[in-house]
Amino acid sequence: MVTVTIATSIDDACAALDSDPGALVMAGGTDLMVEVNRGTRLVGNVVAVDRVPELRGWSLEGDRSDVLRLGAGTTCADLAEPSLAKLVPALAQAARTVGSPQIRNAATLGGNLATASPAGDTLPVLAALDAEVELRSSAGTRRLPLDEFVVGVKVNALVPGELITAIRVPVLNGPQEFLKVGTRNAMVIAVTSLALVVDRPGRTVRVALGSVAPVPVRAIEAEVLAAERCDFDGMSVPPDEVVERFAILTADAARPIDDHRGSAAYRRHAVSVLARRAIRRAFSGVPSVAA
Amino acid sequence: MTTSEDFSLVVNGSHRSVVDALPGESLLFVLRERLGLIGSKNACEEGECGSCTVRLDGETVCSCLVLAAAAADREVVTIEGLTSEEAVLSDVQQAFLDAGAVQCGFCTPGLLMAVDALLDADDEPDELTVREAISGNLCRCTGYGRILDAVDRAASARRSQVTP
Repeated sequence: MVTVTIATSIDDACAALDSDPGALVMAGGTDLMVEVNRGTRLVGNVVAVDRVPELRGWSLEGDRSDVLRLGAGTTCADLAEPSLAKLVPALAQAARTVGSPQIRNAATLGGNLATASPAGDTLPVLAALDAEVELRSSAGTRRLPLDEFVVGVKVNALVPGELITAIRVPVLNGPQEFLKVGTRNAMVIAVTSLALVVDRPGRTVRVALGSVAPVPVRAIEAEVLAAERCDFDGMSVPPDEVVERFAILTADAARPIDDHRGSAAYRRHAVSVLARRAIRRAFSGVPSVAA
Repeated sequence: MTTSEDFSLVVNGSHRSVVDALPGESLLFVLRERLGLIGSKNACEEGECGSCTVRLDGETVCSCLVLAAAAADREVVTIEGLTSEEAVLSDVQQAFLDAGAVQCGFCTPGLLMAVDALLDADDEPDELTVREAISGNLCRCTGYGRILDAVDRAASARRSQVTP
């Protein structure tokens, strides 16, 4: 007999997974149910975690309250709320491009991580922010940096019996951008996406790309250039040659493939367009951007 | 924590038992095929079209992407529950009729649910807000012009109900 366990606490969910490590963890269901409906995923026992209040909230941590801990059950709609959007604007922008309002009401940040699709909209933002993923099982808690959690196309580092409980990201002082290219403006899976975050006190720019490699990739050489050449005090628009070089280096970091959504050449071109746009928007001559 | 094989749903205010459901049945499937509530439509089964939109604890979701058993005892409102009496049209339904926003009608139940939820949150939405609110509901007949007109009419009706 197949059972659906509706967990109401993290301990509940971990206990259920401990007794049945092969059970399917389901939050919003917006990825998993597509496979179930298609018949490509057979449903065994399910642990439903969408009614665990501890997974839904967010809080500020650290001595200076500059680390945001987001419960894994935070929905895309929650992420786009102004109170959260002002803390991590790029994550809010990414969340707002996911699916439709109906999808955003159900889809969760933890689910986007668990699916680990190259096109997962929140993943480039989390990569740019050097996010940390908190995992819990009856054996305890561990934390992994994003690049050790998302390890391949739809492959993550979860071990049986483990649950994603939270994601930690820094609250940075500086502008952030998330840009996405799709075949239209709504209800679309990314052909290419780019997240750019600026840390003004740290005088760094971090750039990550989605849908152009098996996992989110950072454009390290572009970041080095931006750190050297951008004006973190006045936030003035960088000279054209810096913008161009930044775009080329960012595109060089992409490892795209030809697939049904776009060609590798198109994706590489799109990355350079998005890189130009993002750096110009972030450094737009307005020095007092609130974090 | 509850563990269920058979389960019960709260649909439009009534408790409905679901017995012998197969593993993985969606809320949409259970509503249509087991409970006889065929107002919610089944098209894409992947969250693209919005024709299966229902309210789950007040929020619009695609019922095709909700595992029915996981929705046990949550508040489900379907198009059949949009008005308390079947013979009476809601403000949104009346507006869709008045604006001629219905052609083949397949997308209409989902759109009505989405627009009803929008107007609950904001009864004076600007056009961009309306377009975003219905971006998850595909209509292949109308080109949306008359639907946008219907939302305007429904919003006016909603405001005049609220403000005496």
